[in-house]
Amino acid sequence: MSQDISRFPFFHEAEAPQGAEGWETMYPYYLVPSEETRKHEDAQFWFADTMHWSRGCHPFDSIGAEAVYYGAGAFSTRIFALPVSLGLDVRVVNGYVYIAPLAVTDPERIQERVGVFQQRAGYYYANWDELYGKWKTKMDGAVESLRSITFPKLDEYDPDEVVDEARGRSSSVAVIENYHRLIDEFFAIWQYHFEFLNLGYGGYITFFQFCKQAFPLITEQSISRMVAGVDVLAFRPDDELRKLAARANELGLAGELAAGEPFAVLRGRLQESGNGRAWLQDFEAARHPWFNYFTEYGFTHDQETWNSDLSVPLQGIARYAAKLAAGEDISRPIERLREERDEIVDEYRALLTEDEARQFDELLGLARKVFPYIEEHNIYVEHWSHNVFWEKTRELAAFLVDAGFLAEADDMFYLNRFELDTVLADVVQAWAIGVPARGKQRWQAEIERRKPIVAALQAASAPPAYGIPPQQVTDPFAVMNYGVTTERVNDWLGASGSAGNSFNGIPGSLGVVEGPVRVLRSEKDLPLLQPGEILVAPITAPSWAAAFAVATGVITDIGGMMCHAAIVCREYGIPAVVGTGFATARLKTGQRVRIDGKAGTVVVLDADDAGDTDLDDAAVAAR
Amino acid sequence: MYTLEFSNPSCQDVREVGGKAAGLAAMTAAGLPVAPGFAVTAAAYRRYLDEAGLRQFTSEVLGRLGPDAGQAAFDDAERTITARLAQVPLPQEVADGIRAAYAGLCRDTGVEDMAVAVRSSATAEDSVGASFAGEFETWVDITGAEDVLAYVHKCYLSVFAGRVLSYLAEKEIEPHAVEMAVVIQKTVRARSAGVMFTLSPTSGDRSKIVLEASWGLGLSVVGGEVTPDRFLVDKIGLAIVDRTPGHKHIEYRRGDAPQDVPAERREVLCLDDDEVVALATLGKRLEKIHRAPQDIEFAVDEELPPGMNLVLLQCRPETVWSNAERKPAFDASAGMMSWIAGSISGAPAATAADVEGVHTHSHKH
Repeated sequence: MSQDISRFPFFHEAEAPQGAEGWETMYPYYLVPSEETRKHEDAQFWFADTMHWSRGCHPFDSIGAEAVYYGAGAFSTRIFALPVSLGLDVRVVNGYVYIAPLAVTDPERIQERVGVFQQRAGYYYANWDELYGKWKTKMDGAVESLRSITFPKLDEYDPDEVVDEARGRSSSVAVIENYHRLIDEFFAIWQYHFEFLNLGYGGYITFFQFCKQAFPLITEQSISRMVAGVDVLAFRPDDELRKLAARANELGLAGELAAGEPFAVLRGRLQESGNGRAWLQDFEAARHPWFNYFTEYGFTHDQETWNSDLSVPLQGIARYAAKLAAGEDISRPIERLREERDEIVDEYRALLTEDEARQFDELLGLARKVFPYIEEHNIYVEHWSHNVFWEKTRELAAFLVDAGFLAEADDMFYLNRFELDTVLADVVQAWAIGVPARGKQRWQAEIERRKPIVAALQAASAPPAYGIPPQQVTDPFAVMNYGVTTERVNDWLGASGSAGNSFNGIPGSLGVVEGPVRVLRSEKDLPLLQPGEILVAPITAPSWAAAFAVATGVITDIGGMMCHAAIVCREYGIPAVVGTGFATARLKTGQRVRIDGKAGTVVVLDADDAGDTDLDDAAVAAR
Repeated sequence: MYTLEFSNPSCQDVREVGGKAAGLAAMTAAGLPVAPGFAVTAAAYRRYLDEAGLRQFTSEVLGRLGPDAGQAAFDDAERTITARLAQVPLPQEVADGIRAAYAGLCRDTGVEDMAVAVRSSATAEDSVGASFAGEFETWVDITGAEDVLAYVHKCYLSVFAGRVLSYLAEKEIEPHAVEMAVVIQKTVRARSAGVMFTLSPTSGDRSKIVLEASWGLGLSVVGGEVTPDRFLVDKIGLAIVDRTPGHKHIEYRRGDAPQDVPAERREVLCLDDDEVVALATLGKRLEKIHRAPQDIEFAVDEELPPGMNLVLLQCRPETVWSNAERKPAFDASAGMMSWIAGSISGAPAATAADVEGVHTHSHKH
């Protein structure tokens, strides 16, 4: 790499992976860097949002990048008017999503925004519980609305009701309406998502700042331990697995689960005994809603939920059952955790002056009021809503296959949302007129062109950043949620110039551990993980929790102290280094590393085996 | 009772054992380990003066000193009294009591012929007790019961030293109102020693405990002659947060001269994790007792068995950070919304006032 060490490449300097040339045409134009916006793009610092899109995304899936950063922008820029932050600008580059925090620097504008923020955010903080209650109602409504969407097959004739009820219009109009509603509800859900999120972070960060002032060396872990809930929704899916494991042991079925058979086979066998049927009944009861749970964050159409791939929760249950059988206590003692939390709070408080203690009480109260939202919202949005959303997109894909337009359902996701709107117009209008759809060959050819492009994009990994980094990363949300700190950015810059045998990330969870790594890009590969191995993944989604019973440590590419994954990691006491930027690209399965979850360091112990990584190739060439 | 172990509750009676021994007993009772030992009580001293008419003899000699006696007269009195006292050994029952206590100390700690320090612990009115501290002598590295007896005897004689007598006269204290109790305490053989602060001395963080330690006695750490090992411990939860090995090229063992530490030991941590946590636990307890951050000297005694080998040597209030004025992170008069506005603007708490200042200004429009 010969580029200037003080910056990352600009977008226009990025080359498409081999075979992915022409990728730009697949996405809405405003998501793709362009000549018209180049001056602005070159002036920003862009980092990869691999937390939400850990692989290059299909054209349709880029809808998430729109909805998320539309919502984030609206609430930061226009609704609550965060004093020094606008939204996050967003681009898709080589299939990966990049975002850029936008700062307000004009003092007069900041001054005006402070006034708006205090008034508007103040209303929300003052009425938090009531408004959060309304939020849940809105979310339930949106999910229900999504659930009611249908795309019935177009038959030879419109159904009788059209005549009997004198509707006066074709039932096929509903296909277009329902498609628009699907899109609109998805966007609405992502507005709701940000209604509370930044305010929640704001409350937490203020307590955080207080603690950092009163106790300059206090760790993020200690602060979040004082705030974190012990009995929140986020832990429920994993708790369900623990309960089912305990139940299996009670009923003497642990052996059956350990075999690791497909669910259909297992169910067949369990149905033969009373105990087996009793357990199956509990298992089915837990599946809705708790297994409507994505293996990552549910931003791609092909991501499995526990329900769509039951082997994932079954493995988790088997692991917990084995632990139980070995005499381990796997229960989460809620009361004890709560008492421990209160003791920690009391001890810190006792070290404060009276004036400090008053602020401590006030801010701890605020942080605890807002924290449940931070911990729980993913379950509503990323898991439950997305689950229904993708279910409905699959129904739409089936509709297009039925209509003879697509060869197979997955093909639909090679079209972006606007192209799909055009296609639906073609399909229903052509059906009504009584002719074949006019763009069938044209779009099937385009889809075939795009398939190798998407495959090439997904085979490449994302550079952590583009553009000019700030001297200091001060955006508290970039730091807290994405783990993008000044130190991390400097590491990323340094890493492209040198190839030492260690790299850094964010201290995610305390502890030092040494062992061989297992690089996994998807939760589906979790069965490959062996006891004693250190898990290396793009992210550590909460649904990976059961894997932590096997892994001795975790390293991720992205994520900060407050990302949902880190919260759960700490809860389960797994040493972790998160937000390393490129661990999945840098490490190879089998390499031995030492990770220090306190310092946030990863040291490669047998660099000799690393000859096949790009970074080491560079080092070899330099000798 | 002529002797009392530090762990005996009666050893906290300052009139019977003097301030020094009572202090050591109080620390022992609070679970704060000091070098093990026992006190020879004031009763033993009284029993000695009852021997061979010594009390009467000393009263007579002292009675001859006029109200305007000079230092020469006090020195004369010392010579007369000590010449007589030196002829009178400790009474049998006192000597036997001390022999038994010394044997018990050696037995309980598993240290044969333990080297001990013999320190005076004179009893007196509380108001003047403290000022006695510097008046009497301390002898270290005394080995064997017979030598211990000889130095206890020396302690008794030291009450009648000329400079002590003149000091007492100046303070208008009758010499027989002073009764000489004696502390017999193990001489610390430090494998490692150092200093502990119950806050971070660099940042003032009160939620941390910092230890600095080196091989041998603590002299090398206090004198800044080595780069000590540094340990950072969370006061809450007592987890070791950081261990930084120092460079410890010299150590003080016995005697005055430092000796070279072999190369292979210089960078090796001189305290293990259990010792660090145990010491930090003691530091936390001392802070609680004194209700303020403490500056503590400690040693790990290489002769004592694990579990008994941590020794606290000194404890005083930390002064730098404890006396500094501390302000909470946010301006209490500005209100929570302005704190939040400042915090989410990426301003460190200390400078969040900038944003608040802007806001205050905006009200004037």
